[in-house]
Amino acid sequence: MPVYEVFRLLWWALLGVLLIGIAVMDGFDMGAAILLPVVARNDIERRIVINTVGPVWEGNQVWLILGAGAIFAAFPPLYAVAFSGFYLAMLLLLCSLILRPVGFKFRSKLSGSGWRKTWDTALFIGGLVPALVFGVAFGNVLQGVPFRFDDMLRMTYTGTLWELFNPFALLCGLVSVAMIVIHGATYLGCKTEGPVRERTQRAGSIAGVAMIVLFALGGICASRLDGYVLKSFAGTAAPSNPLGQRVIRETGALIANYVAEPWTMVAPLLGIVGVVGAVLLVRAGRRPLLAFCCSGFAIAGVVATAGFSLFPFMLPSSLDPNSSLTLWNASSSLTTLIIMTIATLVFLPVVLAYTAWAYRVLRGPVTAEEITRDPHAVY
Amino acid sequence: MDVVTLSRLQFGLTAMYHFLFVSLTLGLSVLLAVMESIYVTTGRTIWREMVKFWGTLFGINFAMGVATGITMEFQFGTNWAYYSHYVGDIFGAPLAITCLLALGTNLSALWILIANGWMQYPVGAHFNLATMRMEVADFTAVLFNPVAQAKFVHTVSAGYVTGAMFVLSISAFYLLRGRNRGLAIRSMTVAASFGLASALSVVVLGDESGYTAGQNQKMKIAAIESMWHTEPAPASFTVVGLPDMATHTTRYAVRIPWVLGMIATRSLDGKVAGIDELVADGTERIQSGMVAYRAMEGLRKDPTDAALRAVFDAHVNDLGYALLLKRYTPNVVDATRAQIQAAAWDTVPPVFPLFWTFRIMVALGFYFIALFATMFWQASARQLERRRWLLRVCLWSLPLPWIAAELGWYVAEGGRQPWTIDGVLPTFLSVSSVPASNVALSLACFVVFYSALAIVELYLMVRTVRLGPEDFIAVLAPEIAAKAIALRPAE
Repeated sequence: MPVYEVFRLLWWALLGVLLIGIAVMDGFDMGAAILLPVVARNDIERRIVINTVGPVWEGNQVWLILGAGAIFAAFPPLYAVAFSGFYLAMLLLLCSLILRPVGFKFRSKLSGSGWRKTWDTALFIGGLVPALVFGVAFGNVLQGVPFRFDDMLRMTYTGTLWELFNPFALLCGLVSVAMIVIHGATYLGCKTEGPVRERTQRAGSIAGVAMIVLFALGGICASRLDGYVLKSFAGTAAPSNPLGQRVIRETGALIANYVAEPWTMVAPLLGIVGVVGAVLLVRAGRRPLLAFCCSGFAIAGVVATAGFSLFPFMLPSSLDPNSSLTLWNASSSLTTLIIMTIATLVFLPVVLAYTAWAYRVLRGPVTAEEITRDPHAVY
Repeated sequence: MDVVTLSRLQFGLTAMYHFLFVSLTLGLSVLLAVMESIYVTTGRTIWREMVKFWGTLFGINFAMGVATGITMEFQFGTNWAYYSHYVGDIFGAPLAITCLLALGTNLSALWILIANGWMQYPVGAHFNLATMRMEVADFTAVLFNPVAQAKFVHTVSAGYVTGAMFVLSISAFYLLRGRNRGLAIRSMTVAASFGLASALSVVVLGDESGYTAGQNQKMKIAAIESMWHTEPAPASFTVVGLPDMATHTTRYAVRIPWVLGMIATRSLDGKVAGIDELVADGTERIQSGMVAYRAMEGLRKDPTDAALRAVFDAHVNDLGYALLLKRYTPNVVDATRAQIQAAAWDTVPPVFPLFWTFRIMVALGFYFIALFATMFWQASARQLERRRWLLRVCLWSLPLPWIAAELGWYVAEGGRQPWTIDGVLPTFLSVSSVPASNVALSLACFVVFYSALAIVELYLMVRTVRLGPEDFIAVLAPEIAAKAIALRPAE
């Protein structure tokens, strides 16, 4: 296997790991924020929920920032096409992402109920909108996006914001929201006690069941949708250039990989089994940490399902299938991929060690006594 | 307005807004570390109180820095898609590392300035015909880019000056009100000494930055100094004047002989190229770039043509100059003499604003040295409270470091025009193919959203400052406040 092919596969996999990292780490604080109006009925309870994620969201956000950075460095054309093509959706995502940090930081600074309600809403939006937009984006990527390249490799995108919210994409958006909510619920299960925790169990179970139904429905829809097949291309180690390949649309292509390589079925199965496990444990109110791991594995399964369905495509083009981006034609040069691998090996352990240390310090539930004892030192 | 103008406006505004918070974070983080170290070594609780107070202001500010940073990261893709494709292979890696280190501000700043330094002076990269983009040839050259190194120290020092001025001004506010004197005097002493060192560093390393630019970005220097024509060495320095782009002259110019030549070349016989000479060079490079462009089109039809390949390789370094012609003729190779001439004059950045922003920035730099030196002297003589007018000067100087820093960014990035990557990729080609209405909408969103956030942030800051350290400590941690009051020497 050529070295370039190995590194492209490695970065395709690393991108998957980063997306899973975003959904698992950022996901639980977004999930907790979505659950905020449901599980907390008064200011103390709301502050309990906010304080479960208050000290960690900033570290979690680094996963998201890192994900975008990694796409830029490892797959520049993918970054260019996806970010400019989904222009208004990205604007929506950005605004909601900016609301989160300021919501966390500003809410506790004043005690007026209007002030706090405003920032509670901001936090809710900051959780819901990114979860929805990510799912909708995946839904569109699976169906192909209307763009093409000219011979200078300048990209033109012809879709609109409203076309992004088509039925299948919305279904994927709902899967994403349900998944994030159950994950947020298992997290709150670990970090809260009493009435908040009881309400969390109820909301989490509903979200989990919804997630199973929607995910299965998504699978059935995907099997009937048009997918893309790479008929001929320059090679797995050829220079990155999306021109000069032949791609066709074909119904059922999205499930072709699972037929060709049955082991990949592990991904959707992990998605289903993980959620089932999480729902059962949450309902029983037992082993909260295991429940959190279950919903985490479910997320890994769902993200991997999207990746396996698309492989080797990263962003197929519905307008001009021959312009589709695959991991073979959208990567950086071999040198850059190697540099990025070294940078990851050097810096990632530092970030991981720091994260592990932070979570160790913060282990255990957040209680009402803690919140009331020190009214300004916490969120 | 077209997509290019709107995108530039949006990037400029969001970047300048982002830097408002970044510069304060850079400076306050070091000041907090100093105060914490003093607390740890002396064990005096007032220093802990200071860390807590300034730390609260730091926290309010830090969140905004990270939040607005995400916008910057996304914007390369959303608004500068062709740029991202064209140079992502080199620019992406340092940007990704910047993001990896997002929470460690100083380290993060190093990597983004490596990325930015490469835009000013694109070393260690070559154009790859097979992928139609720039690719890494020598990553160590990108890392140890002299422009990036000088810029990093200059920018970080500017942040330190901002942090020092912030602490100095707010402390002056307390002293003018005659309250929180213990905290204010100590804070002021730390800020004045740290500020003096930083202000000296920002000016000296700014000169270093100018020197490296003088070697690598001659057009930027010529525009900043409004040097329309090459002069016999050593060139004279224009202190003030009104540069006129239409007539290529500077009206009412006040000149000092020799000075520019000595600053820019650090010699008496070094020549500083004038704008007209650089435009003539540009014309030649455009013509050479057209040869490369023609060869490139031939090679696309027949990649095996060795003769054409040799021609392309000989002229590829000027390919970016040929791309300047795309504004006048999409085919590039059929450009007329007049179009080539117009494109060559496009390489001149706007002289008038560069001339003046640079001068105001430098004047502010020297003012900071003077102010911090004065306050340092006052602190050493234990006379900080003696001259109220000085305290008032400190208070009203609060916004100046931010103004200087933003002017500095204008000089650096406005002076890089018409390029996003100097000599490689013109700005007007770097944008995404998105409708102008979308960019107008996002720009409007950012203006409204960011203004609202700025008001909230300012309100919280002012409120925290007015509440003051003692009341604030009393609310936060009563036992510390009690101890602090008990231990404080009588004032």
